[in-house]
Amino acid sequence: MTAFRVLLLRDLRLATRAGGGMMLALAFFAGVAVLVPLGVGADPRLLARIAGGVLWVGAVLAGLLSLDRMFQADYEDGSLDLIALAPLSLESTVLAKIAAHWLTTGLPLTLLSPVLALLFDLPARGYPALVASLALGTPAVSAIGAIGAALTLAVRRGGLILPLIVLPLLAPAVIFGAGAVPAALDGLSNGALWLVAAFSTAAVLLSPFAAGAAVRLHLAG
Amino acid sequence: MFALANPKRFMDTTAALLPWLAGAAALFLAVGLYLGFTAPPDYQQGDTVKIMFIHVPAAWIAMLAYGLIALASLIGLVNRHPLADVAAKTAAPLGALFTALALITGSLWGRPMWGTYWVWDARLTSFLILLLLYLGYIALWNAIEDEVRAARACAILALVGVVNLPIIEFSVDWWNTLHQGESILRVGGPLIAGVFLWPLGLMAVGYTLLFVTLWIVRIRTEILERRARALIMQGTA
Amino acid sequence: MSHFLAQFLAMGGYAAFVWPAYGVTLAGLGAATALAWNAYARAKARLAALERAR
Repeated sequence: MTAFRVLLLRDLRLATRAGGGMMLALAFFAGVAVLVPLGVGADPRLLARIAGGVLWVGAVLAGLLSLDRMFQADYEDGSLDLIALAPLSLESTVLAKIAAHWLTTGLPLTLLSPVLALLFDLPARGYPALVASLALGTPAVSAIGAIGAALTLAVRRGGLILPLIVLPLLAPAVIFGAGAVPAALDGLSNGALWLVAAFSTAAVLLSPFAAGAAVRLHLAG
Repeated sequence: MFALANPKRFMDTTAALLPWLAGAAALFLAVGLYLGFTAPPDYQQGDTVKIMFIHVPAAWIAMLAYGLIALASLIGLVNRHPLADVAAKTAAPLGALFTALALITGSLWGRPMWGTYWVWDARLTSFLILLLLYLGYIALWNAIEDEVRAARACAILALVGVVNLPIIEFSVDWWNTLHQGESILRVGGPLIAGVFLWPLGLMAVGYTLLFVTLWIVRIRTEILERRARALIMQGTA
Repeated sequence: MSHFLAQFLAMGGYAAFVWPAYGVTLAGLGAATALAWNAYARAKARLAALERAR
């Protein structure tokens, strides 16, 4: 397991240094949270109603930003070939990269979200649902994003195709995740958090196989 | 089926089959259209029910095509069947077209009922996402230079997509009931009057035959193009 | 006869929806058929020319 930890720590270090993607994702997330009220007007009831959806979409888009870097950087300087030869299986490698991506994107975004929810005048009872849904759902963003990143590895204009591939696949995450907030506001339970958790679990468990196959494909080429 | 694996066998077999398929498609479509246009107006939806005869078959083909692409992808990945890649690649633009037609006709069908050209009801939303899946697939194929690598990568994407599709459908349904969508287009399910069922069925068969015809033509074209490329490469070798 | 035609074209008042739907479908499927057929004919001609040149 130490190979896994080594890879994870390395990717964490790369992502958190300047220009590494974490600050970019946070800044982008904040930018979305600021722009939307500017775009739709300051009606507090409207903002409170759309808060969950806006922050969820923002989190997904922010998570996408650093995805093309997940394998590309290692591919370009040859590290990916070395990593593929290492005793760690390609699937475990992918899992480590998903973990690193989530720790430097999904998790910080989740932690920032209550602060940004203030801008939307979200009632207090909406906060736990918001944070929980993001915490449970952002791993799916990293996992499914990894599949997209692996498929578009070494592809010209791959960075443009990546969102097109990944976003439809993430529709359930956004639907379930954002759906948890209005339910909490209305005092209902709609099972959204369970569905988010299930989706993320499935995504994290299955995507290393798809992404691993894609990485293997591009390395062989 | 696997006897068709040999491209030459495929070309020979389909050369004989194609005129019949095309003819049958034309026949079913013609009869279906005739019955459709002579059917009475629906007591609820008036003559807009006639749009059903071109909307439902298009939607059916949109889903069928994606399933076929997933199947071809699986065969291509597992068996390295030479035609599987070609089959998947050629089906995608057709599938995207039928999805777009389903969306447009669905929108026009709903407009008189809903009052707007677009409503986020479960079915239209699912098809919109399906269209995006198709476009992503086509984009990925076009972006990868090497044909074999493109085929493999898109095969992975198609399989991921087909696994995700039921989940997407479920989530859209769930979302739709949550947000109290407009009255969904209710065609009445198995209670469709016979006078509507016949044209619908005939059009569905006609659409299927048309899709298969176009698909086979495109596969044949791709085979010829690959032969041409091979000849060119031999010539310069 | 012309009254029947007028009625048919009016589609019970829904003409603005029914006919564009059929029109788009015809255009789309027609274009797909034409493109597929053209591409095939071109590929066939190209291959024949290459084989002659060999």
